[in-house]
Amino acid sequence: MNKYDILIIDDEPQIGKLLRIILENNDFKVTIATTGKEGILLAASHIPDLIILDIGLPDMSGHMVLKELRFWYSKSIIILSVQNGEEDIISALDNGASDYLVKPFKTGELLARIRSSIRRNNTEDNPTVLTCKELQIDFVARTIKKNGDILKLTTTEYNLMALFFKNEGKVLTHQQILHEIWGVGFQAETQYLRVYMAQLRKKIEENPNHPTYIITESRVGYRFG
Amino acid sequence: MGFLKNIQNPKWKQYVISISLVIIVSTTCFLLSDIIGNKAVALLLLVLVSLIAMTFDIMPVLISATLSALIWNYFFIPPLFTFHIKNAEDILMFFVYLAIALVNAVLTFKIRKEEEKARDKEEKVKSIKLYNTLINCLSHELKTPISTIMGAVDTLIEEQDTLPQPIQNELLAEINTASLRLNRQVENLLNMNRLESGFLKLNLIWSDVNELIFSVIQKINPIDTEHIITFEPSNEAPLCKIDEGLIEQVLYNLIHNALLYTPKGSKINVDFKVQDNDCIISIEDNGNGIPKDELEHIFKKFYRGTASKSGGTGLGLSIVKGFVNAHNGKVFAENLEKGCRFVVTLPCETSYINQLKNE
Repeated sequence: MNKYDILIIDDEPQIGKLLRIILENNDFKVTIATTGKEGILLAASHIPDLIILDIGLPDMSGHMVLKELRFWYSKSIIILSVQNGEEDIISALDNGASDYLVKPFKTGELLARIRSSIRRNNTEDNPTVLTCKELQIDFVARTIKKNGDILKLTTTEYNLMALFFKNEGKVLTHQQILHEIWGVGFQAETQYLRVYMAQLRKKIEENPNHPTYIITESRVGYRFG
Repeated sequence: MGFLKNIQNPKWKQYVISISLVIIVSTTCFLLSDIIGNKAVALLLLVLVSLIAMTFDIMPVLISATLSALIWNYFFIPPLFTFHIKNAEDILMFFVYLAIALVNAVLTFKIRKEEEKARDKEEKVKSIKLYNTLINCLSHELKTPISTIMGAVDTLIEEQDTLPQPIQNELLAEINTASLRLNRQVENLLNMNRLESGFLKLNLIWSDVNELIFSVIQKINPIDTEHIITFEPSNEAPLCKIDEGLIEQVLYNLIHNALLYTPKGSKINVDFKVQDNDCIISIEDNGNGIPKDELEHIFKKFYRGTASKSGGTGLGLSIVKGFVNAHNGKVFAENLEKGCRFVVTLPCETSYINQLKNE
């Protein structure tokens, strides 16, 4: 089996060690950098399939590392952040991070994020049909089916679903969604987004109060999958 | 005197205020001098000087003492409108007045300084006591889970060949519980620190409070299977502009608190409504209620009720209060016939757009 390369940029040796054990046990190849500079050099010398980047590094901020990496590195970068670090998380996501994890995190969560990020890297560019559990989107017919039945969605609702399908498993910030669907100038209209999400959930979820498709990540955004 | 105490004044303001007070009082006395006579005026001015001495610095006080003596001499002691004093008794009166005014001013000032010193000392003692409580509480509450983790890990390492699998699993579950607890304690401390550092800045966003409540319940459900948590969402509720992160923590702490302090099998019901631009959330349980004499203390920092189990720091509810206060809201607890109820009221902007026309 083809082993994926993961680069970890984190200055805490214990976290590095733990991540190495977990990831190697799950058939990933692991390289560890303990400073931002070392991380950027290592990423350039042999391009990893995914990077796990701690926001709090000793030599330069994780945000700077992210910015430098994004000039030329287009694969997934998952951010590690501390509790109550929503501002860090949102700004990293808006600056090109693929996803985030809050320390302390559960192993299952870590692996799920890594797998869905790698899967997104490897999917073909323009699929015409995508499936997620009981839902299926047809980008050509512009329809969404649940268990084979076409759902009656408004144009905006369909656009939201299309955005979610293209980013399955990935968190989308409120800003990203507003910008993608409504365009520039609507970034402050989070109340519309809330209302649309509530409406959308009524149509696609079994129980809108216990959503299984569109999960809210409080203060940050939504995750579909 | 309240009005004087509230004056947070730069030095020059103290001079202006004390001098004008002397002038106002003496003018009033001068207009009434036919009725009250000059001896009573002296007494009134003395009272005024002591009042000034109770709030202001020494210099403005000495100046008003001297000024009042001169005014008294000039306007009240015959012959009027001169500093010249005719009879010996009045000369004596003048110097006695001046002496009393100055001594009075100095003494009052000194007493005040002493009081301030005593108050500072008392506050220092209080904060040392609070600090000690914190350290005691912390070392206990942090060390308990740490000891559990160390002990369990030790056993797993030393006896992994002989321990039967079910016991190993039990130890692992203990480590899991202890680390969750440790994490919660640290989170509480960080939140407390956010509150006390004064850097807490509200990040108000439009929130679906129903959804927020559901997500907190979903977070709590896996850690506790011994209680029944219910919530009936209100369909007409508008969006509320609140700080989701803080209110999520408020809800989490209140529900968690109910789990800690009610017997197994108790029911916890969450309710939410919007009334006159107030977002009102209540958490009700059917446990044993809160002892009457403890009700007013439970939101205090480090206060632990008599029914407290291990696992708390006495910070949870004070964080609730702090975060609710940051929203200019209110929180209180009351006993019910059976159990108790916590009510959070948050004044906030609301938006009743709940159906959107498409494009």
